[in-house]
Amino acid sequence: MGYEFDFGALLQYLGFFLEGTAVTLGLTAVASLVGTGIGVAGAAAVGSKRPWLRKFVAAYVELIRNTPFIVQMFFFFFGLPSLGVRLSALAAAALAMTINLGAYAIEIIRAGLEGIAPGQGEAALSLGLGPLPIFGLVVLPQALANVYPALVGQITITMLESAVVSQIAVVDLTHVADFIQSRNFRSFETYLVVTVIYLLLAIGLRRLLAFAGRGLFAGRVK
Amino acid sequence: MNEFTLWDIVRNLLYAVPWTLLLSAIAFAGGGFVALILLVIGLGSNKPVRVAVKLYVELFQSTPLLMQLFLVYFGLPLLGIDVSAWLAAGSCLTLYSSAFLTDIWRGSVEAIPKGQWEGSSSLGLHYLAQLRLVILPQATRMAIPPTVGFLVQLVKSTALASIVGYHELTKTAQILTNATFQPFVIFGAVALLYFLICYPLTRWSRGLEKQLARQY
Repeated sequence: MGYEFDFGALLQYLGFFLEGTAVTLGLTAVASLVGTGIGVAGAAAVGSKRPWLRKFVAAYVELIRNTPFIVQMFFFFFGLPSLGVRLSALAAAALAMTINLGAYAIEIIRAGLEGIAPGQGEAALSLGLGPLPIFGLVVLPQALANVYPALVGQITITMLESAVVSQIAVVDLTHVADFIQSRNFRSFETYLVVTVIYLLLAIGLRRLLAFAGRGLFAGRVK
Repeated sequence: MNEFTLWDIVRNLLYAVPWTLLLSAIAFAGGGFVALILLVIGLGSNKPVRVAVKLYVELFQSTPLLMQLFLVYFGLPLLGIDVSAWLAAGSCLTLYSSAFLTDIWRGSVEAIPKGQWEGSSSLGLHYLAQLRLVILPQATRMAIPPTVGFLVQLVKSTALASIVGYHELTKTAQILTNATFQPFVIFGAVALLYFLICYPLTRWSRGLEKQLARQY
């Protein structure tokens, strides 16, 4: 076998790796925060009395969950300019990731809301709370605590799927790998190192969010 | 220059649908076969093997599919194997789906009460006979809804094969976009085609789940 592995050749690109990692994590952070917000709003809308709102949310969730992320991203980046909405690659990537995660978050949080016993809301009502505090202070925190592990799993999936944003020239971790292997022709070593970085990021992200969850929900997360 | 009508676009996209379906089917069949082997050896009493199977599953679930594709596509030539887009996409998606199916199926087997193992063992059945005659028939019923659900994920995952040059639906859409400059129509139509493939599977999976919930 004539091939010799040379991982040392990658050391000089350390700065690029760090920058790419920062972009990947930044996109994930934006998508997670806004996506979870969409999830809460959407899940609340599923229980609304307005049929058109329920149908709209259901259509959104099904459309996103049954089409590939890469096609959604291409649609936002290449397709929207036809409607006069021109997005930078970074904005299109952030938008696609947020909208994607939002649909999954609605499903997850909706399941959490369904799991809360009606007595919780009724008890809060009998204490004189209005509809908004009942939802925001009583029902939602319990629902979020119950489905938090599923939400963390989905956020990790979004982070891993974001590797695809390199295809519209967002300079994320994968794009950095593409760039480096085009310079040093050590494609296998480069992609192997980046895969390991993704693996560590996934493990670290899960740990971090589990830790944050213990603080957020004060021991309620199982 | 030829003018592309809407029908030309739709027709070309429809030609690409079988390639997406074929790749999904190969990955599902191959992945199911590998997963069955991993399931049988991973449930056995050999601890290092059990841990190895768990690590295998974890590795595929915690790294991007795109990186897995690139590693196969750029890695196999180093071993002297000539990799076509077909081979790279097919083998990579097979391994990917094997990891997820192992996880799903192991969950179903672990949900079988322990008494079933003990009972069948007291009847003198050895490990493989226990699995084949007692455990798997019961676990299969539980495993089918999430397996169909995974099929949706697998069909969507095949879109990444376009990046290593496999000509399926997404790749065809990119080529058509370059030729016609109508990305809005084309990617909208492609999304719709994926939806038409995936949504019935989603509905089917949900129906099976409800059916199962009623039985227990």
